[in-house]
Amino acid sequence: MEPIYSIELHNGQAWSAVIQKGKIFKLTSLNDNPNVALLCYNANQPLDRYNMPDTLKGQHISKLCKGSCLHSDMGRLLLSIVDSSCAWHDPIGGLSTEAEIVKKFGHKTFAEVRNDYYRNGYDNFLTELGKHGLGKRDIVPNVNLFSKVYVNEDGSMHFEPQTSGKGDYVSLRTEMKVLVVLSNTPHPLFPKGNYPGGNIKIEVFESDVVDAKKDICYQSRPENFRAWETTQAYLNLSE
Amino acid sequence: MSVLNYCESQRRIDDAIESSLIPAGDGYIHRINAGQVIRLVDLEGNQAVDTLFYNADDFSERYSAQATIMAQSSVYLTTGTKLMSSEGNVLLTIIADTCGRHDTLGGACSRESNTMRYAHDKLFMHACRDTFLLQLQKWGVTNAKRDITCNINFFMNVPLTPEGGLRFEDGVSAAGRYVELKAEMDVVILISNCPQLNNPCNAYNPTAAKIYIWNP
Repeated sequence: MEPIYSIELHNGQAWSAVIQKGKIFKLTSLNDNPNVALLCYNANQPLDRYNMPDTLKGQHISKLCKGSCLHSDMGRLLLSIVDSSCAWHDPIGGLSTEAEIVKKFGHKTFAEVRNDYYRNGYDNFLTELGKHGLGKRDIVPNVNLFSKVYVNEDGSMHFEPQTSGKGDYVSLRTEMKVLVVLSNTPHPLFPKGNYPGGNIKIEVFESDVVDAKKDICYQSRPENFRAWETTQAYLNLSE
Repeated sequence: MSVLNYCESQRRIDDAIESSLIPAGDGYIHRINAGQVIRLVDLEGNQAVDTLFYNADDFSERYSAQATIMAQSSVYLTTGTKLMSSEGNVLLTIIADTCGRHDTLGGACSRESNTMRYAHDKLFMHACRDTFLLQLQKWGVTNAKRDITCNINFFMNVPLTPEGGLRFEDGVSAAGRYVELKAEMDVVILISNCPQLNNPCNAYNPTAAKIYIWNP
């Protein structure tokens, strides 16, 4: 199938877009050690936004994978992971900051290296959110696509390197008209060394017609199905 | 159950400058100045005390669950945990804790999330995020929903598994357990004493909590 939109996001870059309901939004890594930080909002009412605790509690998970849904804080669905070659996307590790990037990878400024300067997740999000009337108060715990962080019994957090690489992909279906904000920047727990990552191909496709009774995401948990029902009720009233 | 970090405080109740009872399901909002110490007490045991913190002079700087767990590379909060802000500053430090483990990934209940988690007919049950909203609106914050971020659940136990699971378990708290925090800057504390009746976070019986404040 031909994409209706495609763009390549280079290492360190940020991107945001409003995407209609019923699209498949696919990210493919073109290099090793990818990490893409993601935030998502209801485009018509950005106060309705991705909520990490509701997403995890609703599905009894601390990872996202094929079949998982991204829930909003209003009991609705924003995105569903309809396919992925990765068994683990990280919802708890958070966002890189300028201080951490400098500490681990050094300082490369625009003045020195032009557009290869080292960007960070927080500044990228703040910049992109500003284009949609949003700001600091709208940065909530994000998803880190392509990355794995697991937690041991004692609570300690562990980043598992090289769980994804060149050719790995994730396909997300939009469950309403959403604002998606992406930052192609290193995971905060990526070890010290060279600034990791590479290019990410973004493609948007039309979704097939969905049979909610058989859908892998809506049916993976009764909580997901109820959130889908709430989303339908919301769309019926508001659109 | 893994290691719980038990640490008592020597502070005397008689020396506190202020105390407030927070009945089950109620909210509480209060300014705490740098150097002041607060103690939250789980009066009857297994009560989730949902809590957020803000820079008292600029609410756009607020408690960040992710910055806090990343700073200590551990998801549970206990004595020694520095509560980090979204700007990388230390808001408060936990200086005593007789419970041993507190959650910051489980979030707060809301009426809307209750419909997702339990059933559509739970929509009108009282919930923490309504309490947060009402308290912030009364404090005079505009567009207050933007300030309801990922909170701390004092006295609540939400274990994560290495396989990527998440469980809700009976609390590790008991009657009289407490957590004590020292403010490292001027902050506002926002509490919802959780009214959730649908899961074991309050042992299906929400009860009162108490807060004490000491001067430096």
